[in-house]
Amino acid sequence: MSFSATAIPAATDADEPLVRIQSVHKHYGALHVLKGIDLDIRPGEKVSIIGPSGSGKTTLLRCVNYLERPTRGQIFINGELLGQKQGRRGFVELDDRSLARQRTGIGMVFQRFNLFPHLTVSQNVEIGPVKVLKVSRAEARERAIGLLGKVGLAEKRDAYPEMLSGGQQQRVAIARALAMQPTLMLFDEATSALDPELVGEVLNVMAQLAADGMTMMIVTHEMQFAEDVSDRVIFMDGGQIVEQGPPSRLFGAPEHPRTRGFLRAVLQKRTMP
Amino acid sequence: MSGGGWVRAYHLLPDFLGMLWAGAVMTVIVTAGGFVFAIVVGLLLAALRTGRSRLLHSLIYVYVEVFRAVPVLTQLFIIYFGLGAIGIRLNPIPSAVIGFGLNGGAYLTEVFRSGIESVNRGQTEAALSIGMTRTKALLYIVLPQAVRVVLPSIANFAIGLLKDTSLASAVAAPELSFNAHMLVDRTFLSTQIYLLVAVFYLAMSLPLSAVLHRLERGAARSRRA
Repeated sequence: MSFSATAIPAATDADEPLVRIQSVHKHYGALHVLKGIDLDIRPGEKVSIIGPSGSGKTTLLRCVNYLERPTRGQIFINGELLGQKQGRRGFVELDDRSLARQRTGIGMVFQRFNLFPHLTVSQNVEIGPVKVLKVSRAEARERAIGLLGKVGLAEKRDAYPEMLSGGQQQRVAIARALAMQPTLMLFDEATSALDPELVGEVLNVMAQLAADGMTMMIVTHEMQFAEDVSDRVIFMDGGQIVEQGPPSRLFGAPEHPRTRGFLRAVLQKRTMP
Repeated sequence: MSGGGWVRAYHLLPDFLGMLWAGAVMTVIVTAGGFVFAIVVGLLLAALRTGRSRLLHSLIYVYVEVFRAVPVLTQLFIIYFGLGAIGIRLNPIPSAVIGFGLNGGAYLTEVFRSGIESVNRGQTEAALSIGMTRTKALLYIVLPQAVRVVLPSIANFAIGLLKDTSLASAVAAPELSFNAHMLVDRTFLSTQIYLLVAVFYLAMSLPLSAVLHRLERGAARSRRA
């Protein structure tokens, strides 16, 4: 099964990154959360970001669709500067409409699902295409039913989110994001709020999406999943990228002592419940 | 209270009912007009308050505080007599609709604002993440949820407004209470007439109350589903 034709990006210049993060800093008052992040992500690449809580990985992910504004530095999506434009005196904020247009190409899945509770499952998936892409209701409905089928929830289409389990809600949230036919999907600890027995169904959907060629940035605590689906794993700590590499190397032979310490701690927790 | 009063009232009943019915129609017009006016003002200002303009925030703040702090009766006098003195002459009914609309608008601005703030920030973020502008996120995602939250407050406001329209009699708006005063002046049958007036108000507010209860239940059902 395949999620959408656009999941596989056009084979343009292989050297052109889909996401380019350039010396991004983020301050919250005195708190320095991101301390100069540089990161390129190629089309089709799956990148997992791991690290202790407070390391800045969620903030970095939220910067990539401009839910957080970097205090310094720039992010480019497909070569286009995100959220800002060059004014006469330095960079100025993009207007609401242009920012919204940029975000249509970037899907995001949240830890707490954030489904719209006043809409049915199907309406949750349809509302983006209808209100943003101006797709006809019939076509949006068709697209929603197709996507809900792919996440295994076609029969729940007329239910309200509250009637669903956490795992089902998160799968609807993935379908909602995919309905916009994004070229990049961001996952912000998509399984952290789930009961353990519901984690697998969400990871399966994410793995399928990865297999279809979607470009993915995944902030996660699921080390096995990161190892299985990622092309590259990034370890963040203290607002910086400490170490990155293919999963076999990062998990098998981490170089940095902080990476080793972190992996030891989380893997220990896994074997000793 | 003499038995003769009741007999006289019985004979005059058709006249009373005619006058009071005409007044009740005006009461409904002022209530409905003021309600719609207040809802529009409240929704608009609460929505504008979510924007980033400091100036707008301050203006809305001043409006809300001023109109909440001054009694609605005073506001009606200012609109009817005060504006009349500077050459803007409004009829009693439009004066009352504007007065109750502006006064209720200030109240409902705060009601809608609290409703909007009760909706989780994650809802706005999810809406933005599927490419909605801030305006669309407010319109399609936040406001529908906010309105469900504040429906009980709006119901109370509507019933309160229906009764408060009796104040419009002070600016000679020919609504239910004003017509009742006139009948009392003419016949001195105050007990009989005001009992009738109470029945008229009850007959209007009970159905209104029932409709609003039904709306609330409907909203609760679609939220829980």
